[in-house]
Amino acid sequence: MNFKTIITVAGIALASTAAIAQGDKVKVGMITTLSGGGAGLGIDVRDGFMLAVKQAGDANLEVIVEDDQRKPEIAVQLADRMIQSDDVDVLTGIIWSNLAMAVVPSATAQGKFYLSPNAGPSALAGKGCNPNYFNVAWQNDNLHEAAGGYANTAGFENIFILAPNYPAGQDALTGFKRMYKGDLAGEVFTQLGQKDYASELAQIRASGADSIFFFLPGGMGISFLKQYADSGIDLPVVGPAFSFDQGILQAVGDAAMGVKNTSQWNKDIDNPANAAFVASFQAEYGRLPSLYASQGFDTANLLLSAMKKADINDADAFRAALEAADFDSVRGKFSFSANHHPIQDIYVREVIKEGDVYTNKIIGVALSDQSNVYVDECKM
Amino acid sequence: MNRENLINTILLLALATVPLWAMANDAPYTITLATKVAIFALAGVGLNIALGLGGLVSLGHAAFFGIGGYAMGILASHAQNFEPIMQWPLLIEGSKSMPVIWITGVIASGLAALIIGALSLRTSGVYFIMITLAFGQMLFFFAISWPAYGGEDGLSIYIRNGFPGLNTLLPIHFFGICYTLLALALLFSAKLAKSPFGLALNAARQTPARVEAVGLSPYRLRLTAFVISGMITGLAGALFADLNRFVSPSMFSWQTSGEIMVFLILGGVGRLYGPVAGAAAFIMLEHFLGGLSDYWHIYLGVLLLLVVLFARGGIIGFLAGRQVAHD
Amino acid sequence: MTVILFIEQVLNGLQFGIMLFLMAAGLTLVFGVMGLINLAHGALYMVGAFAAAAVAGMTGSFLLALIAALAAAAAAGALVELLVIRRLYIRDHLDQVLATFALILIFSEGTRWMFGSFPLYLDIPDYLSGPVTLPGGIKYPLYRLVITLIGLCIAGGLFLLISRTRLGIRIRAGESDREMIAALGVNISKLYTIVFALGAALAGLAGALVGAIQSVQVGMGEPVMILAFVVIVIGGIGSIKGALIGALMVGLTNTLGGIAMPAFLRLFMDNSAASATGSALASMLIYVLMAVVLIWRPQGLFGAAT
Repeated sequence: MNFKTIITVAGIALASTAAIAQGDKVKVGMITTLSGGGAGLGIDVRDGFMLAVKQAGDANLEVIVEDDQRKPEIAVQLADRMIQSDDVDVLTGIIWSNLAMAVVPSATAQGKFYLSPNAGPSALAGKGCNPNYFNVAWQNDNLHEAAGGYANTAGFENIFILAPNYPAGQDALTGFKRMYKGDLAGEVFTQLGQKDYASELAQIRASGADSIFFFLPGGMGISFLKQYADSGIDLPVVGPAFSFDQGILQAVGDAAMGVKNTSQWNKDIDNPANAAFVASFQAEYGRLPSLYASQGFDTANLLLSAMKKADINDADAFRAALEAADFDSVRGKFSFSANHHPIQDIYVREVIKEGDVYTNKIIGVALSDQSNVYVDECKM
Repeated sequence: MNRENLINTILLLALATVPLWAMANDAPYTITLATKVAIFALAGVGLNIALGLGGLVSLGHAAFFGIGGYAMGILASHAQNFEPIMQWPLLIEGSKSMPVIWITGVIASGLAALIIGALSLRTSGVYFIMITLAFGQMLFFFAISWPAYGGEDGLSIYIRNGFPGLNTLLPIHFFGICYTLLALALLFSAKLAKSPFGLALNAARQTPARVEAVGLSPYRLRLTAFVISGMITGLAGALFADLNRFVSPSMFSWQTSGEIMVFLILGGVGRLYGPVAGAAAFIMLEHFLGGLSDYWHIYLGVLLLLVVLFARGGIIGFLAGRQVAHD
Repeated sequence: MTVILFIEQVLNGLQFGIMLFLMAAGLTLVFGVMGLINLAHGALYMVGAFAAAAVAGMTGSFLLALIAALAAAAAAGALVELLVIRRLYIRDHLDQVLATFALILIFSEGTRWMFGSFPLYLDIPDYLSGPVTLPGGIKYPLYRLVITLIGLCIAGGLFLLISRTRLGIRIRAGESDREMIAALGVNISKLYTIVFALGAALAGLAGALVGAIQSVQVGMGEPVMILAFVVIVIGGIGSIKGALIGALMVGLTNTLGGIAMPAFLRLFMDNSAASATGSALASMLIYVLMAVVLIWRPQGLFGAAT
């Protein structure tokens, strides 16, 4: 539990724009992962979010940041504290689906807004959707669906798919199969946290597959790619962006070169908001922004746009202002579906090397204006 | 009243006073923290029966903590969705009632303790430590990969379960429940230590051969202690799940086992109220050290090391002098 | 399952088992000689991997990285032994568990503080990368073969060290009667430091070898350490031979079980459900193996009866 990181944003520059805001203060509680495994993602979301806050210089916006240590119990307790003691209006920041499932239902039930900068579990998009819950990143299935769409256009006909055996992994394979039209050479669930993929690689080799789709976030993906590159199997590989993002790519190294991955954002998306974001992020933090940083940035800008239009104390008006999504997303086109998840283009990226730094470049659009399949299940 | 008893009484009173103060000052989160202390202390009281009284260094008590938690998660999620758990051969419905959940959790964790204990107690010493750790890990992996109850995502309950006559949604009422159970468990474990069973168990810890010579089986004594210990820790798990309105496999993780053991050592090994002092100290450390640095685990590690190396009596030992109650 | 696939999986199981042996050997030696249970053994594995990644990053040489891993883990081991561990030999197991648990916290957060939260880069050298074709047309990664051989050589070396050298005689003497060898004038505390550093170096080497094909990150050691515990429980504490046999059993069970379980379940269920359930059950197999060994021989396969 961190009391340290209480960041109050007083009108820094541009304080004059704050005058447009409609009076009342908005207090945001950010619960994200800042220590232990996976801290890199939370740090990026926080830095992206705080960059937007700093640029807006809105004196009415106060942000409290706390570290959940990637533990659901801690996240719940932080949310309780923020709601009970700190009296926040809006919660945000959670990276992991399991933590979101622990926090979001009870927070929204208590009338707080929750803006998700990352996790988008299907339960919160379908039956468990809530008028006060907005996802600014993606529904969890989206990037996997896009990978399925890409597999079709790339002409894959007999693909081998694998993911860890936990809900997000099961959703990944379901999402991929929803769009993919060819045959499956094999479907394997690995253990969560597994680091040795020799056995799976042997199965891939024996299966006669013509391509591979995998969803293995974090260290699992690094291990898989390194071992894959060493196995001598030479098949096209596709996966969601999580294993190929800026933070992680340097640890994968050469093994990732040329791999196709699907993402709703990349630093070379051509629009002024994105160019400004990439430049200012680099200037502020001295590193390239990641997918997660872009999501944090968009989340803050969405919130700021709603603050300009409505008073937080008028929940209905504020909700309508959020639904309008009237901000310049770094992704370009951005709007909300009926269940408050993004409708957006999802791109195919390829891993390349720029100088000494591994990064991605966009090579095409996998799915245009992609919404999610849970819209009909959501009744709010 | 000797000095340790005096300290124990003060400790228990202090734990009750803090949330009352918090209520008067409108600081509901402090009540949540105090509730967490009470629940962790209860888990520690459970482990203390195996460890302090029976000398069984179990590094797998997260298994029982987790089973208690899942008893609450499974029963409440079925009740929440109005789906019976089982329809054949007999109809079993979910439940949102705390007493039902507690009894289920205690029985389930007791059964698990019986199986794990029956196997692990065939060995002793380091073997026992490693085996309990391994069984805990087995349940952890199972909980993560078994899809029926949420896998790694865990289970979320929207509204805290009910207790007849109380409004458990009010933090102070829920604290009252946890505090009462903790007090009962402390009373029980004090009685147990002085009972013939407790004396025999203590003797089995020190010189097993003598216990055998008088016709008692050390194995049975230890297994009984292990089961009782698992049951109490399981109860704490059910309460912890209700505090968070959420269960997940992380309750099964071996770090949880380690932390429960840390409460004992911080408070003082073999002291009846050690877990209470230890849990309170742990929560305060987490709260205040966490505020100083993202790397607060380093300080926690150093502090723990110093306590183990130089201050074996822990907090209670420091305050009450070196005499250990059970030895 | 084809024969080729099966042989390949057996090789994978052997390789995994050999790496577990490197971890388990240190643990079992330290327990055998000093009677100490060391939960922080996984932290030394992590130290080895991080040292290797750091040196490989600076020099580009994999060999230097391995030497650095050995040196760093041995140094960390010796340091920890001198500062903390030696105070624990006379203590009971509870104190040892807690003190070494504290060491895990310090090592993990300390490493994160020094190297940051993102995984580090460590790759296999070019001359060891890519597959080789074995007799029978099996393509198998060269690196995995090499590390299996390295592990086997170290296992052989350990046996020689313990059965043939003066140090080995002292270690064996230390296992059977600590007071006596001290009385005979052997510098027991120096012996302890050497044994602990040796165990640490083996763990560090395993961390570096495995780190090159997996990810180098904080917390990488604990899962391996818990498996190493299972290995020792199966093999019998204090027995190097037991550690080797136990490690191979666990390695093979884990690898073959991981494909056999889902394949078996596919006979009854659809593909997706069989994969999910099979992998859930397979994750428990090695613990079932451990339970079976315990029922049969509570002291482990090669442990001395207590």
